[in-house]
Amino acid sequence: MTNITAILKKEFRSYFNSPIAYIFITFFLGISAWLFFRGFFLVNQAEMRGFFGLMPWIFLFFIPAVTMKLWAEEKKLGTVEILMTLPLRDYEVVIGKFLASFALLTVTVILSLVLPLSVMYLGNPDGGTLIGGYIGLLLMGGAYISVGLFTSTLTENQIIAFIFGITACFVLLIIGEDIVLFNAPNWLFPIFSYLGLGAHYSSILRGVLDSRDIIYYLSLIGFFLYLSTLSVESRKWR
Amino acid sequence: MPCRKNGEFNANFFLTFGNFCATILINISYFSNTSVTSFLADCFYIIKRMIEVRELTKSYGPTVAVDHVSFDAHAGEVLGFLGPNGAGKTTTMRILTCYLSADAGSATVAGYDVFEESVEVRKQIGYLPESAPLYADMGVIEYLNFMTQVRNLPKSQRKDRIRAVIDICGLEDVIQKDIGELSKGYRQRVGLAQSLIHDPPILILDEPTSGLDPSQIIEIRNLIKNIGQEKLVLFSTHILPEVSATCTRILIINNGKIVANGTPEELSSQAKGEDIVHIAIRGSQEAIEAQLNELDFVSQWSRVDTDNGIVGYQIHAAQESDAAEALFHVVVKNGWSLTELRQESVDLEDVFLNLTDKEQV
Repeated sequence: MTNITAILKKEFRSYFNSPIAYIFITFFLGISAWLFFRGFFLVNQAEMRGFFGLMPWIFLFFIPAVTMKLWAEEKKLGTVEILMTLPLRDYEVVIGKFLASFALLTVTVILSLVLPLSVMYLGNPDGGTLIGGYIGLLLMGGAYISVGLFTSTLTENQIIAFIFGITACFVLLIIGEDIVLFNAPNWLFPIFSYLGLGAHYSSILRGVLDSRDIIYYLSLIGFFLYLSTLSVESRKWR
Repeated sequence: MPCRKNGEFNANFFLTFGNFCATILINISYFSNTSVTSFLADCFYIIKRMIEVRELTKSYGPTVAVDHVSFDAHAGEVLGFLGPNGAGKTTTMRILTCYLSADAGSATVAGYDVFEESVEVRKQIGYLPESAPLYADMGVIEYLNFMTQVRNLPKSQRKDRIRAVIDICGLEDVIQKDIGELSKGYRQRVGLAQSLIHDPPILILDEPTSGLDPSQIIEIRNLIKNIGQEKLVLFSTHILPEVSATCTRILIINNGKIVANGTPEELSSQAKGEDIVHIAIRGSQEAIEAQLNELDFVSQWSRVDTDNGIVGYQIHAAQESDAAEALFHVVVKNGWSLTELRQESVDLEDVFLNLTDKEQV
């Protein structure tokens, strides 16, 4: 546990030692606030469905951008050689790095609470959907981070890691959508509709915290963290 | 290879002797009922093989990087890993530090198997990879502090250890800076500081002096020597004078195979070589050359230059004949005057070139 915390602290500080964290937070808040308020006054309803609906697409570009460096940069600089010869288990490093990105995401999401606060000031939104929405946001963000972390272990090139990350998240997001489901073979239908990230997200958005959705997200995160550990370990396969 | 036999003989002798002592001590303790366990532990510590490598093999696709490498290393040794670029030095070190695994063979570090007990092995080792890769965006202190955390040093010791490695590695001037701002030499030192932070019994350094200026190289060499007095230091280099200046034992590796293993002296004496004496004499050329032909320790000579009555020669003489001194007496006896006298002994360079060339042919 202390090992995980040490990695978490190191990675989290490295976000703030470099401009990454500041740029991420500023642009994420700026873009999401603008997209939200653009339609908010036209619809004239005190709700945030529009905001939450946009998030899977905004995260799609923002999250691989913060996860791409986690392994690719270490490999490029060679620092991975010191890191992986420390008395740490591979999964501890993977989890530490995941938690660091997740902490950055959490900070950003907390800062975005300005939006629901202004909505509450202007009207009377439904508290349940707001809380559900934010939980869904964090779970979906966690899933994206674990995918991005995995794609970052595959290459030493950050841009490739970024593009792979976006692509993998995009595929996960759309396979549950109707247009894909109707064109997919019948036997794939239940698998796709279960694996689709979007469907689980929208059911949380409705304010229904179903344990199946939470289990889905947690197992998705666990699965990709496991894949990342395997990928990091693969240098030692024989 | 005779030198290898030599090395093994020494180690075996040492071990047998150690076991013999231990047996006696156990008997003493059994009969007199006094506790000698701590003394015994010391005994074993001295004879303990810190690194034991057997038939290690690793290939990258069709290229065999490490080919059935076997060697031992004990505490108190500075082991130089010498070889041309791409000989397999780095790969061997990466296997020992558990960064890579081997295809075949075994290796134990401080009694732990590098494949089965890799976390334990990594606790025993301080490792500085080639070109000292560090996090550029971290401060020096911040980085060392991170290392104390992941090395699980007790909180009370962290400050002292950071202080200690800053002193050892001469980082006082840069502690306020970010690693990214440091020069190559300072980065190398931070890398070294990082490897020493947990006071490991085994230090593995991959080309620790590359990219340093001459005075820094000397500093690092002295540091390695000091550390090597009680610990095991294994370091690689392709710079020859470095090993003779620093190591107690040398492993020459070429094309993934160990081609020589012995002390610098053993290896130099192995090279069937001659001393080379450079001499410049003011005197009659014919007389000098007639005299040179008569001397029996001179196996071969050549005139290098003639300048204003001073004649320069390069003389090959049998080793350990004190050729320079003998030549001096010859010059004095004949009433010539000496303007230059310089002796070069055949050194590791020849051993190295010999061994590495042979393999390639």
